[in-house]
Amino acid sequence: MEKKGPRNILIVDDEPHIIVAIEFLMKEQGYNVQTAGDGEEALEVMKTFSPDLIILDVMMPNMNGLEAAKEIRKDSKWSESQIVFLTAKGTDTDKLNGYSSGGDTYLTKPFDNDELVLRVNEMLTYG
Amino acid sequence: MSLWVISIIAVGYLSLLFCIAYFAEKKERLGKSIVNNPYVYSLSLAIYCTAWTFYGSVGRVTTSGIEFLAIYLGPTITAPLWLLVLKKIIKICRSQRITSIADFISARYGKGSFLGGLVTIICIIGIVPYISLQLKAIYNSFFVLTGNFTVPEASSFFTDSAFYLAIILAIFAILFGTRNLEANEKHVGLVAVVAFESLVKLIAIFAVGLFVVYGIYEGPGDLFEQVNQSPELVRLMSVEGTLNPWAWTGMIILSMLAMITLPRQFHMSVVENNQPRHVDKAIWLFPLYLFLINLFVIPIAFAGMLKLNGLGIDADVFVLGLPIVFGSKWQAILVFCGGLSAATSMVIIATISLSIMASNNLVMPIILKLSDLKGSYNKQDLPVRIIHIRRIIIISILIMAYGYFSLIGRRLPLVDTGLISFAAVAQFAPAMLLGIFWKDTTRQGATAGLIIGFLVWFITLPLASLSELEIIDPNILREGMFGLSFLRPQALFGLEGMPPLTHSVIWSLLLNLGAIFFVSVFQRPSAIEHAQANIFVDIYRYESRDKRIRMRRGKAYLHDVRQLLIRFLGKERTEYLLSVYAERRNLNLNKAVDADPDLLDYAETLLAGAVGTASSRLLISSIVKEESFNIQEVMKVMDETQQLLTYSKKLEEKSRELELTSRELKRVNERLKKLDDVRNEFITTVTHELRTPITSIRSLSNILYSREKLDKTTQQEFLEIIVTESERISRLINQVLDLEKMEAGEVDLQLRAVNMKKLVKLAIKNCQPLLNEKKADIEFTCDRGVKEIEGDWDRMMQVVVNLLSNAIKFCDEKEGKIEIFLSNAGNQVQLAVKDNGLGLTEEQLPNIFDKFTQYYDHKRGMKQGSGLGLSISWRIVSLHKGKIWVESTYGEGATFNILLPVWQEQFVQTFYT
Repeated sequence: MEKKGPRNILIVDDEPHIIVAIEFLMKEQGYNVQTAGDGEEALEVMKTFSPDLIILDVMMPNMNGLEAAKEIRKDSKWSESQIVFLTAKGTDTDKLNGYSSGGDTYLTKPFDNDELVLRVNEMLTYG
Repeated sequence: MSLWVISIIAVGYLSLLFCIAYFAEKKERLGKSIVNNPYVYSLSLAIYCTAWTFYGSVGRVTTSGIEFLAIYLGPTITAPLWLLVLKKIIKICRSQRITSIADFISARYGKGSFLGGLVTIICIIGIVPYISLQLKAIYNSFFVLTGNFTVPEASSFFTDSAFYLAIILAIFAILFGTRNLEANEKHVGLVAVVAFESLVKLIAIFAVGLFVVYGIYEGPGDLFEQVNQSPELVRLMSVEGTLNPWAWTGMIILSMLAMITLPRQFHMSVVENNQPRHVDKAIWLFPLYLFLINLFVIPIAFAGMLKLNGLGIDADVFVLGLPIVFGSKWQAILVFCGGLSAATSMVIIATISLSIMASNNLVMPIILKLSDLKGSYNKQDLPVRIIHIRRIIIISILIMAYGYFSLIGRRLPLVDTGLISFAAVAQFAPAMLLGIFWKDTTRQGATAGLIIGFLVWFITLPLASLSELEIIDPNILREGMFGLSFLRPQALFGLEGMPPLTHSVIWSLLLNLGAIFFVSVFQRPSAIEHAQANIFVDIYRYESRDKRIRMRRGKAYLHDVRQLLIRFLGKERTEYLLSVYAERRNLNLNKAVDADPDLLDYAETLLAGAVGTASSRLLISSIVKEESFNIQEVMKVMDETQQLLTYSKKLEEKSRELELTSRELKRVNERLKKLDDVRNEFITTVTHELRTPITSIRSLSNILYSREKLDKTTQQEFLEIIVTESERISRLINQVLDLEKMEAGEVDLQLRAVNMKKLVKLAIKNCQPLLNEKKADIEFTCDRGVKEIEGDWDRMMQVVVNLLSNAIKFCDEKEGKIEIFLSNAGNQVQLAVKDNGLGLTEEQLPNIFDKFTQYYDHKRGMKQGSGLGLSISWRIVSLHKGKIWVESTYGEGATFNILLPVWQEQFVQTFYT
């Protein structure tokens, strides 16, 4: 099922300033962008917005990124959506937890702009 | 050669042996021992090579090729282990005056007479056929030497000659071995004779070997060239043709155990050993001997098969046949003497050791138990009677051997009978070896193992042989005992496909070991077993210190002990041994009336050398008085008990203390660990908190740097964020450092009188910008005459500003209202800061003052501050010896309260103003 037109990206982070930066980078690439401040809000947004890719922070209030990813993976509707964990937690255990809860890629903060953009582009083209 | 000439030669040779024995004993008395060196010791060990080696190996080659070597490989490869095992056994036997395997096992497992008797019976059943096969070898060699190569089947004349042979050997053994009673007087003559005979064996075999290779053939090359022309001989020489791994395994196991379990071997290597260190040289000299004596076996066998073919000479006598047919009369006589040596040395030593075993472990205990114990030792003739008993036993054993020979022995080859004997005595190995290395082996364990091992041996080997020869029901072999197929003697429990010998060895030793283990593990040894186990396993310790576990409590009259010893050891020797004892302990035995337990132990050991461990124990206990205690003894025992009690009480105390200390240590350790965990978590959190602002700073500054065409508004927005986040970082760093300092106790408070009213007013002023931004109202209520507190102005300001800014942050968005109350509370001043925000949930309440506990403001989706502010406030208030807490119901705002102590020198201050 190949979609036409610009792809949708959902950015989930509890730090508004970080959202500002990522949002700018993604919009620059021509993606449709929506944002959410935690896992609950993200699920709420996804009722009306179908992201092709979700950039997900892990440590967030209410519902953290891992829980959110598991919720998303439960719904077969989102099986095509890719999840990029973007978090300050960078140990191997953290990464394993990320992958096992349904993440496709794991990036750590602080991130490199170019790397994030390239990774997202690549995933949306080939993934 | 006529039988008479041969008989004269034989008797002449035996007489020569006598002379040697006499000579050796004379030298010994003169202090110039000829046997006290490792070479004679090693040669005496070569008693291992009997007629079976001398004649039988060659016979074996003709049927099974190089398989005969297995029996010599066992001792060769395990010889280095003798340093560990044999030396230890020698030391044990010396300290305990043990004179046989039966004694050894009986002594190890509590000195009971049953186990000793059992071992003796197994020995006799196992060894008699072996002795009989030596008879057969001499008997056959007689024949061959007369020129009659076909041994006739039991014609009456030759049957009689074999019988006379047995009698002559018996007399010989009696003359050699039963002249004195005590074991520590070694049979020096006997050792010399055995060593000499070992030399003769070797020389004889070498003579035949060299004669065959260089006399009959023109060197080894010639011989093997001839051999190569016969495919049958080539097969015998190859490993593939003859190697049955199972057969080799069985024989190697048996032969290595045989070095300690064969009675004659035990006798020569342990009982007759002069110095344990001779073992050091024997571990390579003995294997060397085995190598040499086997060197010419294959050439002789092949030469026999090639040259004696058709003469009807039994392969077992090729060694003798070759020189008779091709060589000289003298050569034949030399070989005959070699064979005679091999057979007689084995027969003599085996019968002597069996007779010692039987008299000490079977006959003596019965006599002692039957007769009136108290009186028996007084009878003058007991030692003489023991010697008589031994002589009778020797004769009986040889008659039994003769009986076996004439009934069954003729039909079996030499080697088979020998291996069956090996397998029988191998049953002692588990009890002996576990006994010297594992203290928990018990008497019942050893007994169970021996009985089971022996039964399995009996079913799988002799019974099977008898059935095979149709001496008993042949159906047993095919259909199993009692018709039960799992009791087929050569396929026990269905284990098939092994040679009968290996099959027997594996089952009997496995079940034997299993029984010892199983029974021992589930049982506690008795006191005396325990004591003996300690001596056996830790012999080196006991040896170095002459320290023994006292097992006895009884006493006896010294007179009785003396008389008992004199009966068995003679007056002179008894007095000598007692004086040695007295000297060592600084005692005067002439004045003493009673023999103390130590002396009784000593006497028991001395007697053990003469009559065996079990019997000696019986003898000593027969003279021990009833254990009646006099008052002094009771006092002594009480004393000892008291001391023990004190000790144990002290020990208990100590152990309780230790337990307490260890519990304390554990607690401290846990606390340290917890602290460490907290610290690690703190560091992780701080790094995480630092990463967040750095992330936006890095990303946004990079965008600003690399994109020139960015519009002004966005540029402005990004720069503002960068500034804000940078401030966040420096704030965080400052707070972390601040908190660290306070936690490390590095903060010195500048304590002065602080006017809280003034301070709060100033704090409100400082927070005005925030208030304006939020458009919140603030109300400050202050009691009249609020006292000054004792505090650090700057630090208190920090706390109040923190509480105030928190209240501003969290008060209601639209109608924000903050109330501040300041009042006296006894000796303290209370400050309360109340906001009208959401307040705290019950989960948030308990850890609101912890580090990095943060409120989340849902509406703005942004964290407020670093999460360290309240932690710092809590610290500061604590340093002021004050109290900080929060009251809140969710939905109704929160109130933060502080109690601070008032300035104690208040009156001084008032006075001056």
